[in-house]
Amino acid sequence: MSRSLLDLTAAQLGAAVREGRTPAGELLTASLDRLAETHAGNDGLNAIVHQVGADDSAMQPLAMGPLAGVPVAIKDNLATRTLPTTCGSRILDGWVSPYEATAVRKLREAGAIVIGKTNMDEFAMGSSTEHSAFGPSRNPHDRRRAPGGSSGGSAAAVAAGIAPIALGSETGGSVRQPAAFCGIVGVKPTYGRVSRYGLVAFASSLDCVAPFGRTVDDAALATEIISGHDPLDATSAAHTVPAMRVGPGPLAGLVVGVPKEYFPDSLMPEVRAICDRALEALRAQGATIREVSLPHTPYAIPVYYIIAPAEASANLARFDGVRYGMRIEVDGVQAMYGATRAAGFGAEVTRRILLGTYVLSAGYYDAYYRKAQEVRALIARDFTDVFASGVHVLFTPTTPTPAFALGAISDPYEMYLSDIYTVTANLAGIPGISLPIGRVHGLPVGGQVLAPAFDEPTMFRAAYALEEALGAEAHR
Amino acid sequence: MSATAWEMVVGLEVHVQLKTRTKAYCACSTNFGDAPNRNTCPVCLALPGALPVLNAEAVTLATRAALALGCTVHERSIFARKNYFYPDLPKGYQISQAEFPLATQGHLTLADGLRVGITRIHMEEDAGKSIHDRFPGMTAIDLNRAGVPLIEIVGEPEIRSSAQAGAYLRALREVLLFCGVSDVSMEEGSLRVDANVSARPLGETTFRPRTEIKNLNSFSNVEKALELEFRRHVATYEAGGTIAQQTMLFDAAAQEVRAARSKEGSHDYRYFPEPDLPPLVLTPEWISEQRDALPELPAARRARWVTSHKLSAAEAEVLSGTVELAAYFEAVVATAGDGKAAANWILGEVLAALNESGVALAQFPIAPARLAALIALVKGGQLSSTAAKTVFATMRSDTAAPEQIAQRDGLLQVGDDSALEQWIDEVWAEHPTEAARFAAGEQKLQGVLVGFLMKKSKGRADPKKLNQLLAARIAK
Repeated sequence: MSRSLLDLTAAQLGAAVREGRTPAGELLTASLDRLAETHAGNDGLNAIVHQVGADDSAMQPLAMGPLAGVPVAIKDNLATRTLPTTCGSRILDGWVSPYEATAVRKLREAGAIVIGKTNMDEFAMGSSTEHSAFGPSRNPHDRRRAPGGSSGGSAAAVAAGIAPIALGSETGGSVRQPAAFCGIVGVKPTYGRVSRYGLVAFASSLDCVAPFGRTVDDAALATEIISGHDPLDATSAAHTVPAMRVGPGPLAGLVVGVPKEYFPDSLMPEVRAICDRALEALRAQGATIREVSLPHTPYAIPVYYIIAPAEASANLARFDGVRYGMRIEVDGVQAMYGATRAAGFGAEVTRRILLGTYVLSAGYYDAYYRKAQEVRALIARDFTDVFASGVHVLFTPTTPTPAFALGAISDPYEMYLSDIYTVTANLAGIPGISLPIGRVHGLPVGGQVLAPAFDEPTMFRAAYALEEALGAEAHR
Repeated sequence: MSATAWEMVVGLEVHVQLKTRTKAYCACSTNFGDAPNRNTCPVCLALPGALPVLNAEAVTLATRAALALGCTVHERSIFARKNYFYPDLPKGYQISQAEFPLATQGHLTLADGLRVGITRIHMEEDAGKSIHDRFPGMTAIDLNRAGVPLIEIVGEPEIRSSAQAGAYLRALREVLLFCGVSDVSMEEGSLRVDANVSARPLGETTFRPRTEIKNLNSFSNVEKALELEFRRHVATYEAGGTIAQQTMLFDAAAQEVRAARSKEGSHDYRYFPEPDLPPLVLTPEWISEQRDALPELPAARRARWVTSHKLSAAEAEVLSGTVELAAYFEAVVATAGDGKAAANWILGEVLAALNESGVALAQFPIAPARLAALIALVKGGQLSSTAAKTVFATMRSDTAAPEQIAQRDGLLQVGDDSALEQWIDEVWAEHPTEAARFAAGEQKLQGVLVGFLMKKSKGRADPKKLNQLLAARIAK
């Protein structure tokens, strides 16, 4: 019974609960049973790190909307009341927010029940969910492999059927990359489309709240629900939210750009073959495929690793042991800061704070931070130019490879390269989606559709069509 | 060594708290003196995930101050993070403006006509308060003040004496007060001064190294500290030494200036644009509306009073001493029409009454309209100036209209011929000798007779009319 229930989409479940065909309690029980089952043993998923209590009213629905009674999982860097918000870090051990993130509230207003907080790389810094105070999460398709990151816990929870929808966050691909690794759909909305209020900041000019779904339609539904202007976030856009659940349909008139920089000679042949098949499917449905160039793509990773750490070095200054979270008691305030932050932050977070502090320092600012901002503008212009040339969306692989094994990547720079196809959308502020388009050695491969800022409907149009054409072979 | 004449060079940096109801980036109250940490929220406590939203009222007040100081207000300014760790700085950075401030290139004209340039005015936020003497062995932190909006007004190094520095601060205080921008109370910390000082031989055109004196909490302390520090520079130079650029602290209790810990000056604040706040964009129309809405500034107002009301410069100075007194004067003039008379009454009777009773002008029982009515009675000949002073004294405890008081107390001037003739007849009967001599042409007796008449009429007889009637008696 429970297994079949959890195989339904969020939209179907919400309708069933609203129409009284399925009691919300039964759905919650099924979800928590699945959670227990997938988390048992030495190779448990470790996707959910804070689980809801049976009578936790702060996580219950606020209204009976399209997600009535639907269990959702929330990344551990989104503020929730009663459930801790710890960002996978020791420095926030046990911290419970007195307020709720706007995106979480919107899900609850749509009827969702929050079943738990999901594992993540500490402060969203990582691409494997191995760098967490709670230990690594595992990929449901192969427990020896990483689910990707940093929103690996949310991706694994959705892929394992614990919840049909989950929230993650993106700074450089932290939703699209784990979606690709776990064979589900991940959406990075336009910067400003979704309020960041309550999203613990990593790099404010890049951060986005970003949803996962098992299907394109669920991902579109979740994106639609959490979108909209928020007076509590000065960077949230005033744009009205368009309908995003456009559904599958012919692609006549749609021009799909294929940026050559995303298909280097070194690209894994199996991934290339799967992408070619996806492009063929798009063409078969009436789309025009056109090769394009985004010439500044090679600078994306270096630029990202200047701007993101710079902003992070300031954003993480508040974790000082003074007001909340961990404090190591030693004499003298400077010594307390040092001891607390040394004990509270993991190695990757420390590395990025140091890097960010360095690039903002007097004498280095112009050479690093200012230059990186200039190049960032060029990367954004690459996209603007391509979209202005008559291309409606871009298609690329989401990642160069399928999920790698836990512990396989120890060189930080090699890890950074796993976001090489996703960071550009964050730097340019445009929307992107990753959806399953095939398998290599039994592991899911993700394809990415990028669209102009605030044109999620066209992005979804291409994604629905791809899912319809490739769904059978791409899905588990 | 021949005696060199030394010149003091001073530039002042003034922090002013804006008179907003709520904080710069959240909706917390700015009320002074509330219980510690009462006026705080996720934003000003820097809880994880909270975001700043700019207070529009703060922008209006900052713009008003900048325009009143003759600055160019920029259509685009950019907030920046100023990074440093301090226990009462919750975010670990202050949101300020650096490279692109709100306004630049203004000036302030002092009482003696000296024009001091203003380099820039930028918006920022206050930190909280560390309280070291309340709990033994511990530091307490009150974050009520954290996030209160400030402007920093950076003056050009064009001040040449401590007296000029005092005059600059008084003139600045007056402008800000009259524009309603700030309470500018040094006791409540709403105006704080850092002074940069250097010394050079008179005639030298380049600047020598300066030191910055912080912790100046009164105008007189600014003047004292500048004198002390200037003398130290001069003594050092005369002894063949050099001055190093450093931060000094003024100890008001010991009346001495001493070096702050060397770290203070060498801070690298790693400024970078605040990604949580979009650039502040002001339209030229809005800026010009703010300029039009500026009240008349104190110096201009004084000049107008001297010209149109024939006040002396000294009178205008006293009347413009406080916002309330100036407004009171303007209100009286508006009704009574006679500026000189209004000034005389206020500078004489009103100030004396306020002094004597210790009440504030706001609580003074004689409202401007009532004083104007009293002045009108004198002007209209219904009340002698002597009788008017008696009425004024009564008005301080009697809310009746001055005319009613005069009537009731029999103080109205009598100009009615028959009543006056009646008194003259009586005096003629009582003092026949003097009357006869006067009638015979002995002019000098007129004064004596008028004296008798005034006594008989209890001061109510209209002296002008009386003189006419007496002249007629000579002819008889």
